[in-house]
Amino acid sequence: MKLTTTRRQLMVGAAATLALPAYVRRVNAQPATRVAGVHMSPVENAWNSRIHIAMQEAADAGLIEYEFSEGVAPTDYPRAMREYAEGGAQIIWGESYAVEREAREVAGDYPDTAFLMGSSGGPEGDNFGVFGTRNHEAAYLAGMLAGQMSESNVFGSVGGYPIPEVNLLINAFRMGVTEVNPEATFVNGFIGAWFDPARAQEAAIAQIDAGADVLFGERIGTADAAQARGVKAIGSLIDYTPRYPGTVFANAIWNYGPTIEAIVADVQAGNPTGRNYTEYSFMAYGGNELIYVADEVPAGAIPAMEAKQAAIQSGEWDVPIDESEPS
Amino acid sequence: MSDAIDLLLNTSLWASVLRIATPLIFGVLGALLCERSGVLNLGIEGIMTMGAMSGWLAVYMGAPLLVGLMIAALCGAAMGLLHAMLTVPLGLSQHVSGLGITLFASALAYYLYRLLVEVGDLPPTIEAFQPLNVPGLSDIPILGPILFSQALPTYLALFAVAAMAYVLARTPLGLAIRMTGENPHAVEAQGLNPIRIRIGAVVAGSALMAVGGAFLTTTAFNSFFPGMVQGRGWICIALVVFASWRPGKALIGAVLFSFFDAYQLRLQTAIEGVPYQLFLMAPYVLSIVALVLVARRAEVPAALMAPYRRGER
Repeated sequence: MKLTTTRRQLMVGAAATLALPAYVRRVNAQPATRVAGVHMSPVENAWNSRIHIAMQEAADAGLIEYEFSEGVAPTDYPRAMREYAEGGAQIIWGESYAVEREAREVAGDYPDTAFLMGSSGGPEGDNFGVFGTRNHEAAYLAGMLAGQMSESNVFGSVGGYPIPEVNLLINAFRMGVTEVNPEATFVNGFIGAWFDPARAQEAAIAQIDAGADVLFGERIGTADAAQARGVKAIGSLIDYTPRYPGTVFANAIWNYGPTIEAIVADVQAGNPTGRNYTEYSFMAYGGNELIYVADEVPAGAIPAMEAKQAAIQSGEWDVPIDESEPS
Repeated sequence: MSDAIDLLLNTSLWASVLRIATPLIFGVLGALLCERSGVLNLGIEGIMTMGAMSGWLAVYMGAPLLVGLMIAALCGAAMGLLHAMLTVPLGLSQHVSGLGITLFASALAYYLYRLLVEVGDLPPTIEAFQPLNVPGLSDIPILGPILFSQALPTYLALFAVAAMAYVLARTPLGLAIRMTGENPHAVEAQGLNPIRIRIGAVVAGSALMAVGGAFLTTTAFNSFFPGMVQGRGWICIALVVFASWRPGKALIGAVLFSFFDAYQLRLQTAIEGVPYQLFLMAPYVLSIVALVLVARRAEVPAALMAPYRRGER
């Protein structure tokens, strides 16, 4: 058989081929929700990185389409939010701590867009949702492991600023330590910066000199001092163990995936999103978890910690939230 | 209260002072050199950020640590050249150009870092400078851990103070630089070129600043974060005034500031019931007090911030 193609057949064929992806996408039902992230810090800041990575994972899974800006100054912040809203993003993720009023104004101007903001305030209207950072349950459990690992019974912690989310974390760690070690004493230092590893390190060295031999590192740099001086450290938000093997024996990990899934479900179902999404950071939703190196903690400390973990996960017991400034 | 005094006797405190001081020593020497020639360099904060990024990046890409410091110095020099071109031959406002350089260099460092480095949840690391522990000397009680257990860049900083003091005070080049800052017309009359001298001083001074920034990423820590210079450059600008534009006093100023900083970090843990902010602001408040006391007698280079134009009176 001789194959002949006319120009018209070629054109029709080409058009059909080009249209194929669009057709396939339509068949695949639920389209990905468009999410825009407006990060005030660079995305490798520990806190932002947890969100950034969770967003990327959600995007890889086809749940969302993710675009983002980073290092957005407060003065530029409302503008960046508006640009994404105008551009058709369905969910705008951000951190409104420094721009509460402006961010809420923007949300008021775009009622059809969902806003999800890390915020010190409450939700507003139908579309301004907020979330808090809650890895305090994991910090409490890390404290239960750490409580039996100190020889001096002095426990240190290095924080950025004493904002509620930092305070409640350090306090939860201390409660965990005290539960298994009532003799424990605590020292704490704030470095007055989010990005000053050199200073966090000096603060940690000061605490080690004061006798601390287990440090809770809210800020990066803490574990460097612990490593240099041969004491132990606990990481917060991310997994520091690969970077400081033998030093960081436990990490209070924050998982942002459950929060993303919750708000995407709300958007797809057409529910109002002006609510508090903090609960999705709790352990019951998988929003935070303790990961630890079993070989480096006393075996006797694990069963009690696991019992507590089960009680937290089942909702039988809650880690108290204490936002007062640790001294 | 006795705790607070005990802390002063702790050798670890004084070792910490030198570590905190190192980037400040480089920065203040750099700013001092620029200003001694008559050019205020407010680009320092950005130049230090650029140094922190480029020095780290060079090592990350496989260069030895010392080469990393040299590359940081080169990148700082390039930024300094830009500042010098704008302010010396073109005679533009040194304030505006300097702040512009800070914005530009910080943003450029951030941008290049993003382009060239893949970042996950933790920034990648390098093998940083380790404390040298000078054999024999580091075992001396008290002085050993303080003076002889530092990393190489700290010794370079102390050497740079001596070198700067010598060059400025005892060499024809130093005389020319100082004279350019006092009276560039007289320099011209001597057959020297004040424009070239100023450009040279700003370029060299900026290179020093950048090495100070690189200390943060190659010694104090082993990763780069945008914004990690955290105002150290501005402290250096104040320290130059504190030092009355003299290298020896600059060293004293940097050590004094670092002492307050290291001490307050320890007081935070030793003393309860005092808001931590009071401790945190202490180094800055005390620096301002010291500045007020000293600056009244400071001898400002007479031609500082006055652009030199040939043939103009």
